[in-house]
Amino acid sequence: MDLNTIWFILVAVLLAGYAILDGFDLGVGILHLFIRGDDERRLCINAIGPVWDGNVVWLVTGGGALFAAFPEVYASAFSGFYTALTLLLVTMIFRAVAIEFRSKRPSHAWRHGWDIAFSVGSFGAALLLGVAFGNVAAGLPMDAEFNITAGLLGLLNPYALLVGITTVVLFAMHGAIYLVLKTEGELQARIRTWVKPLIFAFIACYVLTTGATLLWQPHLAANMKAQPLWFAVPILTVLAVANIPREIHHGREFLGFLSSSAAIGLLVTLVGVGLYPNLLLSNPQPEHSLTIFNSASSPKTLKIMLIIAAIGIPLVLTYTAGIYWIFRGKVKLDKASY
Amino acid sequence: MDDLATMLARVQFGITAGFHYLYPPLSIGLGIFLVVIEGIYLRTKDPLWRQVARFWTKVFALTFAIGVATGLVMEFEFGTNWAKYSRFVGDVFGSALAAEGIFAFFLESGFLALLLFGWDKVGPKLHYFSTIMVCAGAHFSAVWIVVANSWMHTPAGYHVVQGPNGLRAEITDFWALVFNPSSMDRLSHVLIGAWMAGAFLVVSISAWYLLKQRHQAFARASMKVGLVFAVVASLLQLVTGHASVVGVAQNQPVKFAAMEGHFPASARADLTLVGWVDELHQSVSGLTIPGGTSFLLKQDFTAPVPGLLAVPANERPPVQITFQAYHGMIAIGVALIALSVFAAISWWTGRLERQRWLLWVLVFAVLGPQFGNQLGWLAAEIGRQPWIVQGLLKTRDAISPNVSSGQIIMSLILFTSVYLVLFATFLYLLNDKIVHGPDPEDAHGPLAKLPQKITDALSGHRADGEA
Repeated sequence: MDLNTIWFILVAVLLAGYAILDGFDLGVGILHLFIRGDDERRLCINAIGPVWDGNVVWLVTGGGALFAAFPEVYASAFSGFYTALTLLLVTMIFRAVAIEFRSKRPSHAWRHGWDIAFSVGSFGAALLLGVAFGNVAAGLPMDAEFNITAGLLGLLNPYALLVGITTVVLFAMHGAIYLVLKTEGELQARIRTWVKPLIFAFIACYVLTTGATLLWQPHLAANMKAQPLWFAVPILTVLAVANIPREIHHGREFLGFLSSSAAIGLLVTLVGVGLYPNLLLSNPQPEHSLTIFNSASSPKTLKIMLIIAAIGIPLVLTYTAGIYWIFRGKVKLDKASY
Repeated sequence: MDDLATMLARVQFGITAGFHYLYPPLSIGLGIFLVVIEGIYLRTKDPLWRQVARFWTKVFALTFAIGVATGLVMEFEFGTNWAKYSRFVGDVFGSALAAEGIFAFFLESGFLALLLFGWDKVGPKLHYFSTIMVCAGAHFSAVWIVVANSWMHTPAGYHVVQGPNGLRAEITDFWALVFNPSSMDRLSHVLIGAWMAGAFLVVSISAWYLLKQRHQAFARASMKVGLVFAVVASLLQLVTGHASVVGVAQNQPVKFAAMEGHFPASARADLTLVGWVDELHQSVSGLTIPGGTSFLLKQDFTAPVPGLLAVPANERPPVQITFQAYHGMIAIGVALIALSVFAAISWWTGRLERQRWLLWVLVFAVLGPQFGNQLGWLAAEIGRQPWIVQGLLKTRDAISPNVSSGQIIMSLILFTSVYLVLFATFLYLLNDKIVHGPDPEDAHGPLAKLPQKITDALSGHRADGEA
């Protein structure tokens, strides 16, 4: 396998890791305003308390890896999504500091204000990430110097919005399952009643998005038609999604959570398989596309980066797993809590 | 290129980076402080040190959260506002940034969970290990970003070749890139500036408690370690500062000339202590030591030093602001050395708590390292203009061609207002935390799991012991 493909996979892995991990804490944020009671809200925030900023680092590192391995893509995508990314940053700033600030003061107005910031920020971030992802999947108008020429309104097209809404519902479902895992008693019972409607809402969105993709984005199926082995990915995705309600029905929330994690990972893989070897697809002029070959850093840099990744990633995975292990089990409020 | 868009993009980068640069230095400085404090606690088992460690951990968490949130903006901004720069340097600069993510941010955020929430979940040794890892992560993040930034000042280990979309820099020698001529000088200078920021924050809050005669045992303990840290850091900063400036004179003579306000193409360079630059008449008026700069660089009062006029006008940076920022930074640095040494002697001889004026000065000294860091950074970056990468790429050729001035104005207003809200909230919460003070319960170890009776007996015993 060539270095460019390895880096395509590594960037995809980082983004999938980000979607799975930050996905559940964004989901917890989306659901936050529906949680009643101050202690209950604190429990939910503390369920993600020790891990959320580590989860955001997957995005930071994904962005850094994209910058290092495919600088042309980093430059084109980030400048092309200027206004959308500005808004994304504002939503992410608000949700990050809301987690930290919210419980620092007892005042009701203070906490309610930060609750709104946390929830709206999480919703906005999930929606914007989904819209951006939808646009990358669909392809964007680009000029000969690889600049994206679509404005904000061009990015808010129906297909991208559909992917955005699907992302919000997916993260909300993922977050609800996570909360069922981390809470107990009455709060858990209440959140448990949300899981099934969210699963069905997600399945509805998933079917719609899949239909829209087959209808409007046939290019995403081209690689699979050429190499039918890749059909395993959508089939596994369907199985993972279908398995979620089954596990939840049997009260096996952890397996349900693994299934929804697998579904998120597979959905990212699906788009990756569909785009390869393109990273930013120019639509309608495919000759202006950025591929893993015309956008990459030099082979020497890709090799250096691979050494850095080979040293760093095992370390990261080891202590990340250790930290999730230490904070396993039901969340309880104590003095150190948010 | 559009000059207005360039200027707006620079202003936005300046504001977002300047605001960001208030927080990571505090995390780095407080990180070291926490390692020392928790180390003392583990050795002495004195509950007072546990209380000190937990209080400062909470302050650390506050600075860390804003540092993460505002740091994300910086990482995106290279791509959003400086697309041409990103295309040109991605091969080099991107690698350092990615290494920062993998080696520093994951380490920092992962172990932060244990540092903040792990007091009762893991044993004291593993907790201490986490504190050390968070501190190391904070330092590593400075390593990689300063290496990347130093490469923009003194590029090395690269060649410029035709890339897929125009010319770009590519790595030829990774270690030459990492150890480029200015990286170690600048790294040590930035890190010690961060230590000063942390040390003076500790000293400031402790001094306030001593003035108000509250939490005195806590304040004395914090003050003791904080003052030692402040003296060590301030003195070390003199060493790294001197190394940095000698490096700048060698590697970036034009920037050096702007910092010193030295115009003649080649002549003896004076050392101005305080002054004002007259850019029109190309002179500096103020308090000057004739030939002082020549002497500091070459141990010879008459040695010629290249000045601003040695290069064409369009390759000179704005002189006044570079000069004033640089001189302001030095004035602050010298003042902080004097203050920390004087306060340490006062404390050593047992007079500090009676010298209320001195305690008040220490309360406000927290601003010193922050202004020093900001001014030093302004001098370094503005002094490099008009280049974004010294000698290779000009700032005006680096911005995103497809982003309009209107878009930048919008994001500039948005970020500025969000940051103002954040800053006000940060001050409010920090103040709240200070007024609230250290939590007396924090002095106790992980007692929650013991039977109630023993807990009561122990806490009763400890309360007696403290009184």
